[in-house]
Parts: sequence; structure tokens; C-alpha cells
Amino acid sequence: MVSEPKGLSVRRITFWIMSTVAALVLLFSYRTSTGGTAPAAVTAAAQAPGIVAAPPASPSPVTGSSGSATTSRATTVNGSVAQTQWGPVQVQVTIAGGRITDVTTLRYPQGNPRDAEINSYALPALHDEVLAAQSAGVDAISGATVTSDGYRTSLQAALDTVHFG
Amino acid sequence: MTGLATRTAQLQQIMGMPISVHLRGAGMPADREAAIDAVFAELHEVDRLFSTYDPDSEVRRLDRGELTLAECDPAVAEVLALADEARRRTGGYFDVRFPGPTGVRRLDPSGLVKGWAAERAARHLARVARDDHYLNAGGDIAMHSAGPAPWRVGIENPDSPRTVLGVVELRSGGIATSGTAHRDTHLVDPTTGLRATALRSVTVSGPSLLWADVYATAAFARGADALDWLAELDGYEGLVVTRTGAVLTTAGLRLR
Repeated sequence: MVSEPKGLSVRRITFWIMSTVAALVLLFSYRTSTGGTAPAAVTAAAQAPGIVAAPPASPSPVTGSSGSATTSRATTVNGSVAQTQWGPVQVQVTIAGGRITDVTTLRYPQGNPRDAEINSYALPALHDEVLAAQSAGVDAISGATVTSDGYRTSLQAALDTVHFG
Repeated sequence: MTGLATRTAQLQQIMGMPISVHLRGAGMPADREAAIDAVFAELHEVDRLFSTYDPDSEVRRLDRGELTLAECDPAVAEVLALADEARRRTGGYFDVRFPGPTGVRRLDPSGLVKGWAAERAARHLARVARDDHYLNAGGDIAMHSAGPAPWRVGIENPDSPRTVLGVVELRSGGIATSGTAHRDTHLVDPTTGLRATALRSVTVSGPSLLWADVYATAAFARGADALDWLAELDGYEGLVVTRTGAVLTTAGLRLR
């Protein structure tokens, strides 16, 4: 039964993320491009989805006797590239000690200055929200309709990759 | 034993929005995957019939006069009958026929289809979930909880989507929010064709997600007297955020 709490905690994290990210993530849903979807003019090449950094394989599961072990055992994983109405979105998630410790946006629509302006505040907001959500104690969020959810789709794919879904 | 409770969640993008299904309980029934698949399959079918983006959907063809109502799937007639009832119940503040720029009213039942479809699809979960489940369709939630804990639903702050205004605890029924935070297309007062601007958002909870959604949309369109109107609705509670940022609730809504 030692392993149960870990399994539970990662499921819960996924749950928090899915519930709370949904409400605000899609600041992308603002119609920032007036001329339809412009190909992103300046985007880094998509990074391959999947685990990009993982802790060294250990011979046995950590049993919790080592307090410092959790912080160094970070897993970094890229989500899939989610196609949205405004362009491709891809995120990268870092998980350590059974918690999401960081969310980075690898790719987002930036086809025009308005996109860039929106994302300049949307992305930091999302980052803060994801980290704050884990202690918010909220199961779901009721909010005005989000019309697209590339960020969340990519995030879920990242979590699924490490079997945290 | 609550520590052994399990949760599972799945997400798909349907009807232009994220729709997620969540199950929670002491044990997960073996046929849960089939039930979740049935939820999403039904929602895809609804999208096929009712999409306003797909020119070949039945609703678009009906609106162009290429199909008669009798030739459509029976679900279309069911939705339009509900839309008529919604218009009556809301004094015309909820209407699936919007005045367009030229004055011609176009059929767009999206505002009703979402709540209707979500509530209907969630029945598949009720059949298999021993304890708790909810279905979240773009921020509108149909739920049930028979277990030890209610669902805790945060109400998004329309002025700062990073935060919630507060949390309501609900066991069954639905909760829906209409507002301007993420979308600017369905916020027209159908009685005038003009944008509704008096409020930032309206949230309504009650026994039916379909009607909570209809009432939230209608209250948003009403504007200034939205809270008074919501207070008259039997079985439903509401929360209104005004243009100036004031948060007002009906007597039965407990914001934590």
C-alpha cells in the first residue's frame, strides 16, 4: 500500500490542473487575429512531445525516508502540439515530488502584435494559476465559455505521457 | 477510507470548447470507460447536428430552408421546442433567433444546445458512477455527488480570470456562467440586437444545467434588474457581477 499515496497524488494533480486551467487558459480564445489564422510568423520549431528529462532510474521506489529526494527528482515532459484557431500551442510541464512545479509555454500564436500583447499577460497568468491551483481546493470552475483549449490539450498530453492522467 | 477514493478525468474538444468528464468515488465501475465513450460519442453527434460553423449541419440547412423540421433528426425539434419554452420563461431575453446586421433573424441554438447536450450526456455517467461525477462543458457543469463530499465549484472572477470570486458547494444539478471574459459572440440582448453591457457575468445554479444556462444567459441580457429576476426563479440561485465590479447574490447562494 506504500505506493498508493503517490498514485493518488498524481491523479489529483491532473485533476486540479484540468479543472482550473480550463477557466483561464484560453485567453487564447480571444479573437486576437482579425484576419483569421495567420501562420505564426516567429515560432520555434515544435519540440518533440514526450519526456525530455527524467530522474535517474532508481533501483527501488522512494519510500519517503529521504526528505530531500523529492526536489531533485524532477521530470520534464513536453505536451503535444495542439492546433487552435489561432495557431499551434505547446506546453512543457515539470513535475517534482509529485507536484507540478512549473509550466512553460514552448509555442503559442504570435501572428500579429495583438497576439503577442495578449500572450504577454496570458501566459504569466496561466503559469501562476497552475501553480496556485494546487492549493485552491476547488474541483471545477464555472466561467464564461472558452472557445478553444489548445493549452489545456497540450498540457493533458504532457501529463498523460508520464502516466499522470 | 476517503484516502482510497479514486478520481479519473477525460477531456475532449467538442463543439469548439473543452468538455471534460470527472468521476470520483471509492471504487470505479468496470464499465466506466464505455460510459465515458458514450458521453463523448453523443456530444460529437450533437455537434454534427447543431454546429453553426459547419454549413452542412442540419441546423444550418434548416435555417437556409433546405430541410424542413420534419426532415431533421428528432433532436432538432426537441431543442427548438425547448428554445420556445426558454423564450417564454425569460420574457424574450433568451432567444435562439438573433437579429443580424440586416435585421434578419438567424437561427443559432448554440446557447441552448450546450446545456441541453451536457445535461443529457451526463446521464451516461449517472448509470455507472457509484458516487460522484460531473461533466464540464466550457465552464458549464452538470454534476452529481452521492459520496461524502459535495463538488466545490469556483466561480471565475470575470475581471481577473486568475482568481475565483468564491466557491459554492453543490451536490447535484448544474451551474452555468454567462459573461464576457472569454467570448464576445453570444452576449447580445435578443430583444434589441444590441450588446448587453450592464453586467460582467452572471452565474446560476439549480436542479437543471439546461435551465441554469438559459437563466444565466437571459439574466445577462436583462442587465440591471438581473438579480431581482433571478430571485423570483423557483429552485435556482444566482450571482451577478456588475459593470462596476459589485458581486451580488440571491439569498440562497452561499459563497465560501
